[in-house]
Amino acid sequence: MAQIGQFALALAWVVTAYSIVASLLGIHLKHDKLVASGRNAALGTFVCITTAIACLGYLFAVSDFSIKYIAAHSNRDLPIYFKVSSIWGGQEGSLLFWGWLLTLYSALVIVQNWRKHSAMMPYVVAVLMATSFFFTSMHLFIVNPFNQTVFLQSNASPLPFVPSDGNGLNPLLQDAYMVIHPPMLYLGFVGFAVPFAFAIAAMITKQLGDTWIRTTRRWTMVAWMFLSIGIMLGGKWAYHELGWGGFWAWDPVENASMMPWLIGTAFLHSVMVQEKKGMLKVWNMVLIILTFIMSIFGTLLTRSGMVQSVHAFAQSPVGGYFRAFIIVALSGALYLLFDRLPYLKSENQMESIVSRESSFMFNNLILLAACFAVFWGTMFPIISEAATGSKITVGPPFFNKVNVPIAIFLMFLTGVGPLLAWRRASTNSLKRNFLSPAVIALASGVALYFRGVQHFYAWLSIVMSIFVTLTIIREFYKGAAARSSGTGETFLEAVVNLTLRNTRRYGGYIVHFGFVLLFIGWAGQAFTTDAEGEMGIGDTLSIREYTLRVDKLGIEDTPNYASDKATMSLFEYGKKVANLYPEKRLYKAGQEKQPTTEVSIYSSAKNDVYVVFQGGTGDGKKAIIQVFYNPLTMWVWIGGIVLVAGTLIALLPNKKTILRRRPEIESKEERKEVEKTV
Amino acid sequence: MKRKQLKFVAGSVVIILTLAYLAYSGFKEGNAYYQTVSELYASKDQAYTRRLKVAGDVVPGSIQREGKSINFLISQQDEKTKKVETLPVKYVGNDAPPDTFVDRAQAVVEGQLGSDGVFVANKMQAKCASKYEKESAAGVRKSD
Repeated sequence: MAQIGQFALALAWVVTAYSIVASLLGIHLKHDKLVASGRNAALGTFVCITTAIACLGYLFAVSDFSIKYIAAHSNRDLPIYFKVSSIWGGQEGSLLFWGWLLTLYSALVIVQNWRKHSAMMPYVVAVLMATSFFFTSMHLFIVNPFNQTVFLQSNASPLPFVPSDGNGLNPLLQDAYMVIHPPMLYLGFVGFAVPFAFAIAAMITKQLGDTWIRTTRRWTMVAWMFLSIGIMLGGKWAYHELGWGGFWAWDPVENASMMPWLIGTAFLHSVMVQEKKGMLKVWNMVLIILTFIMSIFGTLLTRSGMVQSVHAFAQSPVGGYFRAFIIVALSGALYLLFDRLPYLKSENQMESIVSRESSFMFNNLILLAACFAVFWGTMFPIISEAATGSKITVGPPFFNKVNVPIAIFLMFLTGVGPLLAWRRASTNSLKRNFLSPAVIALASGVALYFRGVQHFYAWLSIVMSIFVTLTIIREFYKGAAARSSGTGETFLEAVVNLTLRNTRRYGGYIVHFGFVLLFIGWAGQAFTTDAEGEMGIGDTLSIREYTLRVDKLGIEDTPNYASDKATMSLFEYGKKVANLYPEKRLYKAGQEKQPTTEVSIYSSAKNDVYVVFQGGTGDGKKAIIQVFYNPLTMWVWIGGIVLVAGTLIALLPNKKTILRRRPEIESKEERKEVEKTV
Repeated sequence: MKRKQLKFVAGSVVIILTLAYLAYSGFKEGNAYYQTVSELYASKDQAYTRRLKVAGDVVPGSIQREGKSINFLISQQDEKTKKVETLPVKYVGNDAPPDTFVDRAQAVVEGQLGSDGVFVANKMQAKCASKYEKESAAGVRKSD
């Protein structure tokens, strides 16, 4: 099976190279058949890499430890779903998975757009296949997942051998969230290659209207959505697996996923300015180029061991190749952009600082600043070493100090931006739209202050959240009220139909609302407290309104791991609300056993109680238990779900309304709606 | 330049300067010098005043819990002199040490060097480098 996989990789490499050459040469010679064969080769690459990845999956399933990658990332007793997820559990496999997703996306793009955009598509194929060629080269020559397990003899010559059992999957990765987190993240990272390829194709063909933007709008949203899901799942995984009580620590890998997300978010917003006003054309090119580069850079960061991180990265040879690819892609794209500047003239000028355009520009500025800060902070050890010779790291205070105000300002724009008129917002419209939400939000702020919310940023976050929520509700209310008086629908029907008729706008509001919820949960983390104690059976530990009591301390044994486990009762104001089972597991695979902490969490809308089994005391009679009280954490995850739901709605095609009653009002209303639409 | 554009530029400049100031103050608060054990000893007196991050391997058998703190040794072989340097560490952080913190793990401790020569750390990261090193001789290497 390994031979088949190996052969499929080699074939993919050849076919990918052919696809690039055939596409470009075909256009140059105006030879349609050659162009078509380039396209078919791109589809063939997908088949090849699919075969390779299926082979790898099979090798995992049958525990073929003669293959190094399998021996290093699996063992016989590993449950089958973790065996499958081991495909992306390590360096070689995860890069193969990246490459596979890229060919999958390429195939989908070809099927979807080949006829519609016949001039651009050959270039799109060439760009996607050039990226793919980089990855297939890596798979084949640098980090081949099908290499044999070998034993280095004393004379350093390798001898193939088959270990009796594998090394096992890192226990920290033996987790349901880790099964789906990497695919989601990669679907996001890789997805940005599509709008990038279209942007490049648009520049080459000089078709620089908004065709490329409209064509890739959904692709960008899909990539953004998957990246958001990936980031959320990563946070969720860190929260319940790492046992330090939080979900975000500004670790380089987290930052790696945050950077393309920030620029991608800027891009999603600023393309609307181009669609509507024909402005920011160069800017949008820069943004999509940077988003793609950041996706590659994020992969590089997580895959090369370039920066010290809690995640035990491989010190691996891929770094240099990735850097080279980034330099080539970035300089090529920027050169092309520079060359095409004359074709990218803005059709309009900004007219007022209080306008939709201006709010989009501030949104862009601030998102880019956030990305730059994250980049700078992540890379500072490398930058400072190059400049001064000493490696200096920046801590979480750096990231928080910059990004907390940025997030609050973004929140403000989220509330204000969508309601500002294009070109210029009149004072009257400002009053009409914002006076009551602002007054209510501030009044609630005063009330909150006297009820003890006096942490400035947390207070401001909550006041902003209230403000934004009110503006969103107002938008839905206004639209639905107008619609229901026009059509006679009930209010609820009107809300649904309104949303379905203008999915992008109202889906966008829902995404914004998800962001609000996330923000509330995040603000709650300013009030986290914790307590710790050595507890024997019957002992109690109190934190705020909760009390924990140990009922049982025991040992549990499974084929995969053994664990120390505490059975505890949780009381809220003296009333029992839950049983909690924090554990300390010892995984059996590999030569040295690795312990992992399995936290136990009681979640409610107002707070989480997060219990960690830190270890046993020396005499083995008591457990060292740490408990965190984390306010509002659940809203982070709910916010994430709402955000994804909103994106899904925004992805739906607009429903055409059949005019039934009072067509004249309906159509006037519709015209107004469409005019306001972004 | 038109007045409107001027306004926009002014707004942007204010935002960027504010962020730059915040970045600078955040940097002052959380920065730390990343050093190996031998670099730490080589930097002499400066070592006592700087906030440091030091990397080294946990000496087997050296981990001892003492009340709420954990004492252990980290050691590292200097690449040039081949001398093995050892640093005593007292971990007093609020968070539990990571699961990967075991004998021979590669640890990164963050804190300050006390005048008694004991490094007082309030943050710690660890990864199991050693676990797979022996096996890498057999061509098996863990990468994630």
